[in-house]
Amino acid sequence: MTGRVVLGLVVLGVAAAPLLGHQYYTTLMLPFFGYSLAVLGLNLLFGYTGLLSFGGALFVALGAYTAAYLTSVFGVLAFEGIVLAAAVVGFLVAIPVGLLCVRYVRIYFGMLTLAFGMLFYSFLFKFYHLTGGDEGLRVLRPRLFGLAFESLDKVQFLTGPFYYYSLALMVVGTAVMWRIARSPFGLCLRSIRENPGKAEYVGVSVRRYRFYAFLIAGVFGAVGGTLLAVPTGLADPLLAYWPHSGTLVFMMLLGGFSNFFGPILGAFVFIFLQDQVMSLTQYWRFVFGLILAIVVIFVPRGLMGFLDPRQRAGV
Amino acid sequence: MPLLEATGLFHYYGAFRALNGVSLTIEEHQFVSIIGPNGAGKTTLVNVLTGLLRPSRGAVRFKGRDIVGLGPVRLARLGMARSFQLVNIFPRLTVAETIAVAVVSRLGRGGRLWSSLTDDAEIRDRVLEVASLFGLGDKTSHPAGALPQGDKKLLDVASAFALRPEVILLDEPTSGVSTGDKHAIMEVLVQAAKRIGIKAIIQVEHDMDIVFGYSDRIIALHEGQVLADTTPDGIRDDERVVATVLGKRTR
Repeated sequence: MTGRVVLGLVVLGVAAAPLLGHQYYTTLMLPFFGYSLAVLGLNLLFGYTGLLSFGGALFVALGAYTAAYLTSVFGVLAFEGIVLAAAVVGFLVAIPVGLLCVRYVRIYFGMLTLAFGMLFYSFLFKFYHLTGGDEGLRVLRPRLFGLAFESLDKVQFLTGPFYYYSLALMVVGTAVMWRIARSPFGLCLRSIRENPGKAEYVGVSVRRYRFYAFLIAGVFGAVGGTLLAVPTGLADPLLAYWPHSGTLVFMMLLGGFSNFFGPILGAFVFIFLQDQVMSLTQYWRFVFGLILAIVVIFVPRGLMGFLDPRQRAGV
Repeated sequence: MPLLEATGLFHYYGAFRALNGVSLTIEEHQFVSIIGPNGAGKTTLVNVLTGLLRPSRGAVRFKGRDIVGLGPVRLARLGMARSFQLVNIFPRLTVAETIAVAVVSRLGRGGRLWSSLTDDAEIRDRVLEVASLFGLGDKTSHPAGALPQGDKKLLDVASAFALRPEVILLDEPTSGVSTGDKHAIMEVLVQAAKRIGIKAIIQVEHDMDIVFGYSDRIIALHEGQVLADTTPDGIRDDERVVATVLGKRTR
């Protein structure tokens, strides 16, 4: 009950942020929405199913390039269509990649997902005439529910209608993931994480369920990617570069993978911390490396471990 | 038609013949114990019968269907379950969730992404039924990993029972449990099997009190072969079994 109240207040606070806060911080919230969805998907694989993927960036980039292709090549500006198309693309790409990857577990799974990410990065980088190479592809301002908001300048559009659109999409995505996590399917995933051998003997098709989780994570990653691409106005190959996958994993560990909301908190803290630390020192990567080491050693349950000290059986 | 039928099973580990021509038939309403000294091939036999191992040679039929290499998931669906010698649970799932995994797969609801587990009354009722059959009714919200050893063992078996199988293979159901608790566990198990309607129980067991106390039939293995396959009284009177299996125990 208190959880619901806290959740409601948080969503209200985020919704009020553009009215109260500084415009700069409002624009910082935009990548947070996108990353939240991508990391929620990643955590279905890791926190629930026990598979650590380093291929998160692949799907985020797929979403961003879908947005770029649709807006600047095909002239499709309806953001609903873009999100839907990204979900479909993420799903379709996750089928062959997932079929291959879920045959393996642990480090082999991680390395294979990493390999597919690097493959896609090279493709984006080298096939200049298709992908724009290192320059990437432009993402034009999309229409939201058919509205172009031509009277608004770029920042007004992003901190106004697009902000609320992204927030709504994130809330819906989170609700969907919440239902999946609490479904019989979600329970089967957790049984696989705990003990795949035993899971098979109580009738859970381990490989098939891992594959389904991979598909869902792919869709969430791609949808998150569309939300990242619009504010920057660009889909560039760095989105698919492997350190970007590491960033997603960092967010997941920072927030705490053993709590449903950990990935969201992790994405939020990462983005704002990175912004602050980067403005203080050019050695921000050093600071972040230190933070990651501290999290892994001293707070393996992440920041959510502080906020919710109960050892949750629910995840 | 016999429930479970194995013919001419051979299994080699390199030059070692773990199974050297084992044939057996299990009918309905039997409680069968497999006994034998260490290295006799008991666990290999159970692993072959439950699809974990593919035999080097031989056939296993369950309800007339060839099940060699079928794999545990499809075996569970066909109606065969097993528990393991070492406790095999989901440490961070609760007792209720552990049993629910089996109930979900028994009901074929694992593919339901959009329904709420906790709101599913049928799943909840079946979980509670199985939990209380095993005396775990008041511990449903405990994490499995925090249970005492005896309860872990019961939970392991309970989750296999929750599949409502026709045949269940128990690999040393009372191993690692104090002597005083062994009979209590067996009582619970036999009662639960009756209530759930399990047609046959096959167990591997070292404790001869348990073996003679509960079995309708005993199969003695020795060096990968069936030494004797008869009633408990028949086993007691079999000099070869007494010499190779029982003798070592009573000395």
